[in-house]
Amino acid sequence: MVETSDIRVVRCGGSKVNLTPPIISSDSRFVLCTSGDLVKVYSTRTEEWLHSLQGHTNQVTGITLNPANHLQVYSCSVDGTVKLWDFIDGILIKTFVIGCPLFAIYVSEKHTGVLFLHVSMATDSKNECFQLVSVHLPKSAEQEVEAKEMSAVSSHISKNPSCTAFGRGGEYIAFARHLQLNVYFFRKQKTYSFSLKATDKKGAKNAFTCIACHPTDDCIATGHEDGKIRLWRNFIHKKEYTYSTQHWHHNAVNTLCFTPEGTHLLSGGIESVLVQWQYGADNRKEFLPRLGGSILHISASSDGQLFCTSHSDNKITVIESSFKVCGVIQGLVKGDAVLTDLMIDPRSKALVLNGKPGHLQFYSLLRDKHLYNLDIVQQEYIYEAGLDQFEVVKAAFDIKGSWLATVEERGKKSSDLEFFLKLWAFDERTQSFVLNTTITAAHTDRIISMCFSSSEETTMLVTAAEDSQFKAWCQGADADTQQDQNFWSCDFVGSYHKLNPTNCSFSADSSLLAVSFQEVITIWSPDTWEMLTTLCQPPGVIRDLCFGRLSCSKYLLGTTTKNLLCCWNLLTCELEWSTSVDVSKLQPDPFSENVAAFSYQSKHTDLFVFKPSEPRPLFTNKNVCSEKVHRAVFVPREEPLNSCDESTQWLNRSQLYFLTQNMDLLTFSTATEEDRMLSSSKQLVIDDSVAVTPFYLLLGKHRQQQQKLNTQSHPVSDKPQQTQGSVTIKELLHTPAHVLPAASVLCSMFVNSFLISNTGVQQDPLR
Amino acid sequence: MGEFKVHRVRFFDYMPSGIRALAFNRDIERIAVARMDGSVEVFHCSDRFFQEKIIPGREQCGIEGLSWVGERLFSAGLNGGITEYDLTNQKVKYTVDAYGGPIWTIAGNQQGTHLAVGCEDGTVKLFEVNEDKIQFERNLDRQKSRIISLSWHPSGSKIAAGMMDMIQIFNVETGHSVHRLLADRGVGTSRSKECVVWSVVYLSDGTIISGDSVGMVKLWDDQTGTLIKSHNVTKCDVLALSVSQNEDSLVAGTSEGTVVQFQFISMVLGKDDKEWVRTRTFKNHTHDIRAVAEITTAVVSGGMDAQLVVRPLLDKVEVRSAASALRKIHFPHRRLVSCARKSGLMLFQYPGHLELWRLGESEGKGMPGSSLFVKRNPEKLLHLKVKGEDHIRCSAVSPCGEWIVYSTASSLRLYRLHCDNNNVSITKISKLPMVLSSANQLCFSSDSSHLFSASTQSSVHLVSLSQSGCKFVGTLKPKSGERTIGFGVLHIIEDGKWLASANSDHEVHIYNLQTRKAHCTVPVYSSAVTAMGIHPTTNCLFMMYADQQMCEYSIEQKQYTDWSRMVQRKGLHRFWMERDTPCLNVMFNPQHPSHVILHDTYMLCIIDQSLPLPDDKTQFYNQLTLKSLPEEQRKSHSHAFKVCKTFKDILCVELMSDQSLVVVERPLEDVASQLPAPIKQKKFAT
Repeated sequence: MVETSDIRVVRCGGSKVNLTPPIISSDSRFVLCTSGDLVKVYSTRTEEWLHSLQGHTNQVTGITLNPANHLQVYSCSVDGTVKLWDFIDGILIKTFVIGCPLFAIYVSEKHTGVLFLHVSMATDSKNECFQLVSVHLPKSAEQEVEAKEMSAVSSHISKNPSCTAFGRGGEYIAFARHLQLNVYFFRKQKTYSFSLKATDKKGAKNAFTCIACHPTDDCIATGHEDGKIRLWRNFIHKKEYTYSTQHWHHNAVNTLCFTPEGTHLLSGGIESVLVQWQYGADNRKEFLPRLGGSILHISASSDGQLFCTSHSDNKITVIESSFKVCGVIQGLVKGDAVLTDLMIDPRSKALVLNGKPGHLQFYSLLRDKHLYNLDIVQQEYIYEAGLDQFEVVKAAFDIKGSWLATVEERGKKSSDLEFFLKLWAFDERTQSFVLNTTITAAHTDRIISMCFSSSEETTMLVTAAEDSQFKAWCQGADADTQQDQNFWSCDFVGSYHKLNPTNCSFSADSSLLAVSFQEVITIWSPDTWEMLTTLCQPPGVIRDLCFGRLSCSKYLLGTTTKNLLCCWNLLTCELEWSTSVDVSKLQPDPFSENVAAFSYQSKHTDLFVFKPSEPRPLFTNKNVCSEKVHRAVFVPREEPLNSCDESTQWLNRSQLYFLTQNMDLLTFSTATEEDRMLSSSKQLVIDDSVAVTPFYLLLGKHRQQQQKLNTQSHPVSDKPQQTQGSVTIKELLHTPAHVLPAASVLCSMFVNSFLISNTGVQQDPLR
Repeated sequence: MGEFKVHRVRFFDYMPSGIRALAFNRDIERIAVARMDGSVEVFHCSDRFFQEKIIPGREQCGIEGLSWVGERLFSAGLNGGITEYDLTNQKVKYTVDAYGGPIWTIAGNQQGTHLAVGCEDGTVKLFEVNEDKIQFERNLDRQKSRIISLSWHPSGSKIAAGMMDMIQIFNVETGHSVHRLLADRGVGTSRSKECVVWSVVYLSDGTIISGDSVGMVKLWDDQTGTLIKSHNVTKCDVLALSVSQNEDSLVAGTSEGTVVQFQFISMVLGKDDKEWVRTRTFKNHTHDIRAVAEITTAVVSGGMDAQLVVRPLLDKVEVRSAASALRKIHFPHRRLVSCARKSGLMLFQYPGHLELWRLGESEGKGMPGSSLFVKRNPEKLLHLKVKGEDHIRCSAVSPCGEWIVYSTASSLRLYRLHCDNNNVSITKISKLPMVLSSANQLCFSSDSSHLFSASTQSSVHLVSLSQSGCKFVGTLKPKSGERTIGFGVLHIIEDGKWLASANSDHEVHIYNLQTRKAHCTVPVYSSAVTAMGIHPTTNCLFMMYADQQMCEYSIEQKQYTDWSRMVQRKGLHRFWMERDTPCLNVMFNPQHPSHVILHDTYMLCIIDQSLPLPDDKTQFYNQLTLKSLPEEQRKSHSHAFKVCKTFKDILCVELMSDQSLVVVERPLEDVASQLPAPIKQKKFAT
């Protein structure tokens, strides 16, 4: 067994930025959002990712500005800590250890030194119970403090963090669960609760979905599952409470937010329309439609000039108060499921997968940035539940990245399946893919598998479908078309005993094509389209098929539904070895001989990395995650690591990313890698007067170079002169105006600072 | 449960008239309703909204406003007159012409001293309310346009009047206008249209609230004459406003059919700076709401769709019960149909005419629930128009089908019907006895030999009928002689020997017809009698009350029967008590002496007095369960109440002498289809 301690599963890139409401700094210059284990800081003006607050070891579940200091932010995480950051410099100020997983954080100006947190109560896996607790933060100068002074506020807390909100000036806190609204008054220490009926005669679904409290009036706005918004008033009476109802959303209201002045109420839902209700005149409303995915959170800046909406397609939109979109921060788009494989665009080295409905997205893992969307379906998508619309289900790149093949289909549930095979050529001029050929009836039934030949000279596409055929497609094979452009057409149709194919794969040099038909693997020569041999297996339908690479290219690997992993030697056409393991995904590394296999056993996934030549795994990692893994990809590194450790060697040239069923993109990182990252982040010192924009970085580099030049050319004696002068200036500029001494004093000090430097230089040689 | 052949009658085209005005009297807990056809009804709010009194209208008498002054009810209408009603005798007391053209509104002050009416000619006229009459006092300053709405300040010193495009505030002492508040017209195309201030409410703190045709509810300050706040409630008109007694809640009825509630709420809890905030919206109407009234625990609204909706305010209800449930009153709590049991004739009572129909005949036998082949279609025999302008108050057809009688407020007419094969003719009986000048309730004896007429003096007149004519026989008077003030008799039930009458004071008197003397009086119960019947063999009087209680009283023994006592002791089933319409008829099946047949608007029920009573745990509607059980087990599962919900919107059920049931239905969809089209509204996803 290989040691696994120095390799760890991490969320790296492409995390959800829409998990919690984004917050806008009080000067409206920054947007902060949680992203996996990090808190990311973006600029509102340029939409650029400035830096991230790194330190949590698990998912960050909530952020909020420190009410006592608007330059600081609290973040809470599932790892059981609350951290206080200076978000402009990215400095961790303090860590409060709470000790149990935290799911949301709330603060109020009235309650200084107290945090309100959602904690998971019982470890009863079936019905999770959440509790709202208040935590007194101990006053201590230490970096890491344990905060043990906890008191429970209520246990009737919804799992949804947007169902809890502070009321006017922190006098009370309102929280809802299912059909009950509770208001807890801190001064009286009394909870008032109001419940609604589950449904009424008109079929309304009344469950609460979100809450917002008016900043100055005693008015609570609640959103409901059927799209209603209720404004509750007079809620200190058990009976004489009252509410008014507004209905615009046709589906659940996801989020509500009052503007800081309380003049407007913002609401959003699946319609992806931001609705602004005028408070007091409820039937006057404004709309901002077509924002993309459904709206999950809305937040407003403290001056009311900017709004932020986060969307289900992992996007944050920055909106001016005049209802104009002024910025979009796009993360990795994750739908409900990724239907295509994870792929790497050979040109841009970007990760390619399903993005917006009907699109393929290109995402740079290195910069953790969404590059662009490629519209495959080229039809308007309608945001409505239950509508059967075209989806991209398969996509493949050829080895040079000059061709892209996609399959889109609709009618999965109904019997009349419609699908198109599209081929896209890379256009050097526009630097994007251009549609070359659309094949409307490539097969008579659903395409199961698709791959490009891996040779550099000829590009050939093989598709295998449920109509028990596989077809080879070539470019320009059709002789009678006289045009310059080369369209794709069918070259060969193959079948085997009327069996349905399950998989197809080219060998590394494209000299062999393996197509599996149920339990039989057939090997074809793509040059002559001659079936060379068949490989029969112990029973079980073939699930995955891949050829070995480099030195192991004589091996063919296959997995079956009957939990077998087999390896054939193609030279002898014999089974080299086989083991019994339930492999859900088999992924070869294109840059080494290594093959990664994810196996799902007893509710957790294990990873094995091995070379086809030997049945012994190079690396095993038990319990990678608790869900099944169906998608994985090896991403080439920009600069290879040179680790000699046997267990980490397989990560030297490429990195393994995989996608769980919860749509979490995870990867493996080595200890050396993390050390390098940490050290680099510590070195980063930013001048706090300037935001880190790319422009600044450019300038900064330039300046550094200048400095370097200076230090090289001039003697060392130059240095103190610079620092001394800057210290005085810093003191001058950084002291608040009202505590500064009189200008006359300052002036002489200022002039002196120049003089002293001169004498200092002179004095030195004198000594 | 017995099996009956049922005549399902749907050709009674009764159209309830739209509601025009509402007036609530807090002291006696009565709400008065004025309808488009000029009729006025009084409902008892704490007795499950039982319709106690109906004062039929007249042709060409459009009531525009209603007002209580003390326990007196006044109305004013477009014919320019102010009418006071005699509520005890359910008739118009007198009418005074205001000489100001059509009257649009009437309002009484809280002190009960004056009435103000707003006239077409732009004057607000003050009338002094005297002991027995009203007396014109003076005019306030005359305005250029008509006065649409009026509201007194609770102190009685000021009046706010809504007009075209403005509201005037008058000082009652001087009669001069104090302030003029200009209401904005709508924007766009409606700019050229006048803004009609349909309703004003003057609060004691000096706030004036107005509802206008632009769809705004506006709040004004009467000291400065400025607009405080305006709420856009609807795109159409706000037609009616009503404020609760403690002035913390206001309801506005719109022409979209919605009632919008406003509440006077402190914006910061625990502080006193209160504001009017729009809160709830109730949508129970399909058409214009012409009148709303906020009563103690509910909002009552009525409009063009002719239904009276009582929407409870749950925050003001002490205990939630069937009495405080949402209630929609579609049909009068009186019988409009009378049947000739022996000859298969039916008399339908419309406001202005009577229709006589002969029931159809069917052939063969069918399975329970199946419909039979109709051999002969029902046919309309007679269409009898009322002489004069008054509407019909009551009518009856004799069991043999030979006599028809009806009464209006001013006259009573008796006709003899001749039916030979296809020829139908009637002859009016002239020379009626003097006592038959007018009747509150009419009834024939079961052998058709006598006519009973309930007079206004709480007494029943007895008239014998014969081929030659009719002859006054005598008057039945209750024993207690000191009760000289009459009460309208509601029900006369006759059974050969006994006659029972109930009046609106909840008293039930039983008379012996042979001796023509009062026999006894049933102990008075707090709720009104809605229906009663005398059992033909046991001579027990079976009574149904508005609060859904039932009593059986043995006439011979002058006491409640054992069964009745058992019902009182055990209590009735929850589902029975939660029904929201009163029982309208009590019948007895001669073939099953233990069966009592009852009906209300939504169901038909047979009570089998030989079976055990259900308690709250037993399944009340158990017909389907019983059907699925084998014969032997049915006995143990059955209980006294056998409810049939096959029929809906029932106006009348009658058991004919050939053991067939007549069920007269008036489906609400048919009523709705005859209403004018409502205001068109855009609906989502249409």
